[in-house]
Amino acid sequence: MALPERPDVRDRPSIGVDEWVARHGERRVRRTGRLAPAFRAVERIPPPARIAPFVALAALLPFLTSSDYVISVGFDTLIYVLLALGLNVVVGFAGLLDLGYIAFFGFGAYAYAEFSSKQFHMHWPTWGTVPIVMVATALLGLLLGLPSRRLLGDYLAIVTLFFGQAFVTFVSNANRITPPGHSGPVDFTGGPNGIPNVDPWNLFGLKIGSTKGYFYLALVIAVVVMLALYFLKESRTGRAWRALREDPLAAELMSMPVNRLKLLAFMFGAATAGLTGTVFAAYQQGVFPSNFDVPLLITIYAMVILGGTGSLVGVAIGAVTINVLLEILRTADQARFVFYGFILAGLLRFLRPLWALAAVLAGAAIFGIALHELVPHVVSGATGGTAEGGGWLSRAAHAWVLLPKNGTLVGNYCYVGLVGLVLLLVLLRGALRLVLLAPVLYLAAFVWENRLVQEPSITRLILLGAILVVLMNARPQGLLGTARVEIV
Amino acid sequence: MTKPLLELRGVSKAFGGLQVISRLDLVVGEGEVASVIGPNGAGKTTLFNLVTGIYRPESGEILLDGQPLVGLPPWKITRLGVARTFQTLRLFLNMSVKENVMAAAYGRTKAGVFRAIARTPGMRREEREIERLAEEKLAFFGERLMGYRWNQPAYSLSYANRRRLEIARAMATEPRILLLDEPAAGMNPAETHEITELIGKLRDEGGYTILVIEHDMHVVEGISDRVVALDHGVKIAEGSFEQVATNEQVVEAYLGLRGAA
Repeated sequence: MALPERPDVRDRPSIGVDEWVARHGERRVRRTGRLAPAFRAVERIPPPARIAPFVALAALLPFLTSSDYVISVGFDTLIYVLLALGLNVVVGFAGLLDLGYIAFFGFGAYAYAEFSSKQFHMHWPTWGTVPIVMVATALLGLLLGLPSRRLLGDYLAIVTLFFGQAFVTFVSNANRITPPGHSGPVDFTGGPNGIPNVDPWNLFGLKIGSTKGYFYLALVIAVVVMLALYFLKESRTGRAWRALREDPLAAELMSMPVNRLKLLAFMFGAATAGLTGTVFAAYQQGVFPSNFDVPLLITIYAMVILGGTGSLVGVAIGAVTINVLLEILRTADQARFVFYGFILAGLLRFLRPLWALAAVLAGAAIFGIALHELVPHVVSGATGGTAEGGGWLSRAAHAWVLLPKNGTLVGNYCYVGLVGLVLLLVLLRGALRLVLLAPVLYLAAFVWENRLVQEPSITRLILLGAILVVLMNARPQGLLGTARVEIV
Repeated sequence: MTKPLLELRGVSKAFGGLQVISRLDLVVGEGEVASVIGPNGAGKTTLFNLVTGIYRPESGEILLDGQPLVGLPPWKITRLGVARTFQTLRLFLNMSVKENVMAAAYGRTKAGVFRAIARTPGMRREEREIERLAEEKLAFFGERLMGYRWNQPAYSLSYANRRRLEIARAMATEPRILLLDEPAAGMNPAETHEITELIGKLRDEGGYTILVIEHDMHVVEGISDRVVALDHGVKIAEGSFEQVATNEQVVEAYLGLRGAA
């Protein structure tokens, strides 16, 4: 059947109110502003090619630094990207809340270790092991999916969470199992000590031995997985996943076998995690139960949610953002930049009009300088604490913020006070909020300089949490996610 | 009457102690437009849910062109040629208009996940066919679901256009029989009139057999080859619109017993 021609002006249909809309022709959403040509140029590039510049940039990392540590952070980031991509299939595409996901990562790592270590004295070639492990992990995903495929939302979540926990318990205790027909107990997983001395990846005689090698291996795998998942997303299966996420009953009645599609999503997520596990086990040269516990699961979820569930590039950006932030926050000087930079960015983004922004910043500055001048005359020991770190930002901060001698103790109390004040600030409206904002900013800086920055590698999670709270409030759908409409 | 396409023989369904459908016999002939009417709670939507496999009847047979449907999962029933729309719209709201229709072509296509990842020529050809099919089905509704609307999310559509999109989506499964659940509900008189014309067009040009639930008697009068009236899950009348509309039991079911007040 041919498409109808555009009706002539005279014989436009008069029936139906929404014809008014049709008459207004192409009401496509167009980007406006100075960046519009750039956006349009990007939209003309086919989506798979858009990641090329980022991949090229990542590939340059080992040339920009000689530090093995930085490259190992890059490798970790890529592992997180891979895990986030796999979780995105289950959570983002099919909308299934799978809290047992890390078990598949662990299973892949352990399975690789069993075949490539002294545990059973098997040293299989990698080209054989990895496909077998991927298929086995996918089958494990199928096994988990079979009893839980009819479960929805929260119920699926608790069943899969149990599965994830059961996995950790199993590998921690599977070092003294007596198989039927066997005389004594057999050590399968090394128990709490894990499996050490896992072989490196060995592709047809090419042994990957260096951090740099694993970085490139992970990069190649990440690109391949991303492209594969992109093509999958743009296929009839991907469409069916999105449809069943929207409305499973309608999807089933529109000829989609919903249960099978859910199992398929489980299997793809699991296979991706299993593949990632093999790389991880080989890089770490060992697998341990504590590698696969709940904190990792939460981190991956945070990455997927921050990036925007359903968006492949989004979850990759989420993984990079969180892991790189966590790394930067390890040392005091870098963490200080993140702290003040983020507060400033938040104020710039949310504080309107501009005079209010200027007033709050000036207020906080004057408040601080005044305290710095006055308090030492009143309270002895209000200055003289040790300053952490160096650099211009540190010197500027210490000219402004008081550093009492017993800073750690005062900082502890002030931290509790700060949390209360921030909660109060959220409840207040109008001028009162503006007035309170300046002292709260000062107090935040005080707590930061006296307490948090003293142990950045411990307190970084607090700061990351605060950053996530603000980011998710600003963009609930995630950085690159699309805002979903549930009821209209 | 023409060859029977959909046949219900003695179908019963109860929810707990509530008998929603009791021993219902119904035949829809090939190429026919049959309407089901009845007051609220008469069991009309339950009838659709039974045919499409959402519910399983306690007893009785449901046959599509002689093939039994009872016990099959909904997606298989749809593949055999039964498609429906919903009284309360159930579109894939966050997918684009065109994707909504393309998704429904799932049962008619084959490309598996590995062919999708490898993007084989066959898979790409199939994708193009799905897209063309979707455009063709959307074109059935004139200009309304065309052009720039293709890439808009379904939630941005007006109520009337959502109803049209649901019909287009059902058409994309290439059914033999279309079950329309209150296609004119919530529409203004002009749109209602248009739906009447559309259902005629679906039969004449689309070649579909149609079973429709409708409350608007003008629509029922305009479209129906045959009308079936239900009350409390029992068929109380069947025949042409005039016959059913003047049937005493039907009038009683709708307006209450004369002189009872």
